[in-house]
Amino acid sequence: MPIYEIIFYTFSLVMLGAAVAVITVRNPVYAALCLVLTFFSASAIWMLLEVEFLAIILILVYVGAVMVLFLFVVMMLDINIEPLKAGFVRYLPAGLVVAGLMAAEFLLVIWSKGRFGQDGFPIPEPNPDGYSNTKAVGEVLFTQHVLAFEVAGVILLVAIIAAVALTLRQRTGSHRQNPAMQVRVTKDERVRLVKMDAEPRQGS
Amino acid sequence: MLTLAHFLTLGALLFCLSVTGIFLNRKNVIILLMCIELMLLSVNMNFVAFSRFLGNLDGQVFVFFILTVAAAEAAIGLAILVVLFRNRQTINVAELDDLKG
Repeated sequence: MPIYEIIFYTFSLVMLGAAVAVITVRNPVYAALCLVLTFFSASAIWMLLEVEFLAIILILVYVGAVMVLFLFVVMMLDINIEPLKAGFVRYLPAGLVVAGLMAAEFLLVIWSKGRFGQDGFPIPEPNPDGYSNTKAVGEVLFTQHVLAFEVAGVILLVAIIAAVALTLRQRTGSHRQNPAMQVRVTKDERVRLVKMDAEPRQGS
Repeated sequence: MLTLAHFLTLGALLFCLSVTGIFLNRKNVIILLMCIELMLLSVNMNFVAFSRFLGNLDGQVFVFFILTVAAAEAAIGLAILVVLFRNRQTINVAELDDLKG
């Protein structure tokens, strides 16, 4: 079954290449688009692992919502990119050294002694026909992890309120109505009754 | 033959790339946020791979929650970024030193 390997290596290369592009391109708009490509390739690899529900969620939520939010913000802000790229070349050696060391350590742990190879973790059988990954995840999610699920909902609610509260602002110079003030107004603030004697007509 | 080690290697390489991104773009808050998203993706990759190879669905549930928290974090982070830009007309991290004594 070399088709699995072909798919895996193709999408892995696309994914790593797009990740390199995210951290190196000058324009944040291109970086956001490359990030979309990264998530899309990751979704394909998750599909290969038969994790269909999360693969679809990754595309719907990440590519569809979060990345579009990033693009909105990047395009809304009028950013001068030049000063932001100032230290790029200066920090390149340090970044490469740290990344190389980390990668070497990771690879040493992963590949030494075949710990995560075929002996320790045998390749699982493909799921049988009619198996629904969404149903299986849902059953676990709504029984064992139902409290965590509700907490996740609360976290999203807090995020919504926080985002709205942070970005809400009163424009100076705009004439906004204040309904509370309008309701609370009394007769005395609007009408002034003047009592005076009648006077004879002038000039007669 | 795709073993667990292949998928773990992919996640590890993605993590290293995102750490490099944080080193390189330490002035630009937007790219920093994107690098954090990449890190979370690499962690999710490990969770999904282990979930598949151990035959345990809890890993996938955990990825679900990580996605939730990442979405909340991105929303709040970008909101803070918008307010920051509105007040300072810049998103350069080097100029955000008001709290320095």
